[in-house]
Amino acid sequence: MEFNSFAEFIAMGGHGLYVWLSYGLTAVVIAWNVAQPVMRRRRLLKEQAQRLRREKKHDAKA
Amino acid sequence: MSLGLVGATIRRDLTLAARNPGEWLNPLMFFLMVAALFPLAVDPDPKFLSKIAGGVIWVAALLATLLSLDALYKADVEDGSLEQWLASGESLYAMSLGKALVHWCISGLPLTLMAPLLGLMLSLPADAYQALIFSLLVGTPVLSLLGAVGAALTAGVRSGGLLLSLLILPLYIPVLIFAASAVYHAGIGMDYKGQIGFLGALLALAACLTPFASAAALKLNLSR
Amino acid sequence: MWQWLKRLYHRLGSPKWFYEITAKWIPWLAIISVVGCVTGLVLGLLYAPADYLQGNSFRIIYIHVPAAILAQSAFMMMAIAGAVYLIWKMKMAAWVAKVIAPIGAGFCLIALFTGAIWGKPTWGTWWVWDARLTSMLLLLFLYFGVMALQQAMDSEESGFKAAAILALVGLVNIPIIKYSVEWWNTLHQPATLKLTEKPSMHPDMLIPLLIMIVTTYVFFALLVILRTRNEILWHERKRSWVKDILEP
Repeated sequence: MEFNSFAEFIAMGGHGLYVWLSYGLTAVVIAWNVAQPVMRRRRLLKEQAQRLRREKKHDAKA
Repeated sequence: MSLGLVGATIRRDLTLAARNPGEWLNPLMFFLMVAALFPLAVDPDPKFLSKIAGGVIWVAALLATLLSLDALYKADVEDGSLEQWLASGESLYAMSLGKALVHWCISGLPLTLMAPLLGLMLSLPADAYQALIFSLLVGTPVLSLLGAVGAALTAGVRSGGLLLSLLILPLYIPVLIFAASAVYHAGIGMDYKGQIGFLGALLALAACLTPFASAAALKLNLSR
Repeated sequence: MWQWLKRLYHRLGSPKWFYEITAKWIPWLAIISVVGCVTGLVLGLLYAPADYLQGNSFRIIYIHVPAAILAQSAFMMMAIAGAVYLIWKMKMAAWVAKVIAPIGAGFCLIALFTGAIWGKPTWGTWWVWDARLTSMLLLLFLYFGVMALQQAMDSEESGFKAAAILALVGLVNIPIIKYSVEWWNTLHQPATLKLTEKPSMHPDMLIPLLIMIVTTYVFFALLVILRTRNEILWHERKRSWVKDILEP
């Protein structure tokens, strides 16, 4: 272990701002990269299921 | 006669350019104006200008080239010439090479001839003129060849001019680096043959490879 | 072997097969990504010794280098997928090429951000025209160009084709751009201290880095699969097998 305390770990020997800023920005990009396809999948499934139901109703009427 | 159609197209395009001088004069005027912006925006001190002159002239040449690229295939796509070429069974590779040559004749060549004038205005060091001419002579054909790929890709896109610049500018970086450095080094009395050699290698590579990409991109415009 | 490869190729070309097989892969890829990331970061952030010149700021290496490597190889993969589409008209390849572009651009952005932030304690400014950062920036421009071209075309199909051609042109140009930028950089030398060039790294520093690089590739595969599955759902929405998924 390179650090003696949690505070020392956060401080990163005075470079804490740079290290954690990098890791934070990366986390944001990664999170967006994961969330985007998951959300798109949900929306797609919902929309397409709706479309199917609509088409079925339409067919039944006809 | 394999060169018949290509030769005829080159002749036709050059005649068109001769009868419609705006097509090649406007980029030239743009070239002049962009170069004039730098002393106004940064510093008219001759000592400072002579240091950046090569780079400024090259950046201006690059932008002027982009300006005239947009129209390269537009008319051929719209009036159906492109379909005629494809139907004729002529090699699209040769046609792409011919079109790039036409573009160089109406953009790169006049730029090269006009560059010394800009050199005077930007107090380019006397030793650098030769390097400027050589670098433009070898470098601008590469710009035309690479740009022709972009022009073929965006020929069917409305307002494709901006998109074209976006696609092509990153590809122009190596030419810009070597050419500007050749002029700069000649200006401070150093040898610049290496840089011209690199530009020559880039030209050889571009002349061999880019027509393939142009030809593929041209076919794309037809499928729509 | 050849027969097996051919079978694999034909299967990969089938969206249904891809969709079904990757459903089983996703949990594994996700687990490997999380475990690899946690191990790599614990080792890198807690146990790796501080750099003797750069101190603790060097710990940015564990995201900067994997992101930079991935951004470059992602461009290559995108161009190869594009070539497969152009040559064999395999639709799956076009979809894969399309989904790689934003992911690769994302990693490119990570590499640029972390490089710039790392530059502040190392060089004293947020941005230095360092050879690697500059060629990363140009790579980002290439990604933007491919994405913009794809969206600008009227029909999706010609968008795929145009993007594939541009990606291939870019692929040929990347080594030339990298070489010329490095050459230009040695000429001007704005930064004597390179961010990541070490004659030899201490194993305690190197092992977490290798773990992070491998993990990044696995994570990239996961992202590509997630996005490709969405493309499949969208393009095959009128097929009966997708309808079965939609209403069980």
